Amino acid sequence: MLNLLLLLDIVPGPANAAAPVPETPQGPWMGFAYFGFCAVLAVVGAIATVASPNPIRGAMGLLLMIISIAGLFLALHAQFIAAIQVIVYAGAIVVLFLFVIMLLGSDAQTPSDQRGRIPRFGAAALFAGLGLAALTLLGRTMAKPKLPGDIGSDFGSIDAIGKVLFTDMLVPFEISSALLIVAVVGAIAVARGKHGELAEKGAVK
Amino acid sequence: MIPVEYYVGLSAILFLIGGIGFLVRRNVLVALMSIEVMLNATNLALVAFNRQHAQAHTGQVLSFFVIAVAAAEAAVGLAIVLAFFRLKRTVRSDEADLLRN
Repeated sequence: MLNLLLLLDIVPGPANAAAPVPETPQGPWMGFAYFGFCAVLAVVGAIATVASPNPIRGAMGLLLMIISIAGLFLALHAQFIAAIQVIVYAGAIVVLFLFVIMLLGSDAQTPSDQRGRIPRFGAAALFAGLGLAALTLLGRTMAKPKLPGDIGSDFGSIDAIGKVLFTDMLVPFEISSALLIVAVVGAIAVARGKHGELAEKGAVK
Repeated sequence: MIPVEYYVGLSAILFLIGGIGFLVRRNVLVALMSIEVMLNATNLALVAFNRQHAQAHTGQVLSFFVIAVAAAEAAVGLAIVLAFFRLKRTVRSDEADLLRN
């Protein structure tokens, strides 16, 4: 397994732990194959998320996309972010979506009809046009691709990111904890209904 | 090694798919999932640019905060979906018309 990660230029080798990460000995093909695999899976997952009529299939597509993007994070030397992606997105957010879909049962799937078709698809076509224009601009810079530079051995590790989080980014970090508390309290207050709708039925005391 | 432009192009494609899904679909659950797709696309762009300018970890830390905000957004959004479903017995977004006219 470590040999595979070394081939994919994911972890620096033990012999040159302090030196910059060298080019892989097999040339760039392994890296391109890995990128293409993850990219195709991510696009397939995203299309399944937005296009499937059944929301459970949509959640499964979201899961596929999240795992593939975590794989791309590994190839970008962002090991900590990849772990957080799997734990928080795949482990918490997708499960939360699945809970709500299961709670709603068959009502979670809405039948499609043609009402309001023109404004919806018009807005989507406008958005797609803007996105294709941005991709065209990106394609013009693609003629001279910039290869990423050398990095130290601790780039993207928990050690390095923890240092940044608890020194330079300490205030945003603490504020994000306050944000999460407010979100939890707000979610309970909204889902509980006004004036304790459930309390009147004796469900909660 | 793979140029950063490839990652940015993939991120743009994913953002496009998520945005089109958010605009076209009227199931509120699918709209929320489309927002998650868009947030993931921005995270990919942030981490890719951080790989190119590797002197600091600013992009990775910012994507960490984006993930935290996405978790809060999913919790509150799904609570709103539950409250809306209790009121209207549906999750179609165009049935939310209490403030209309």
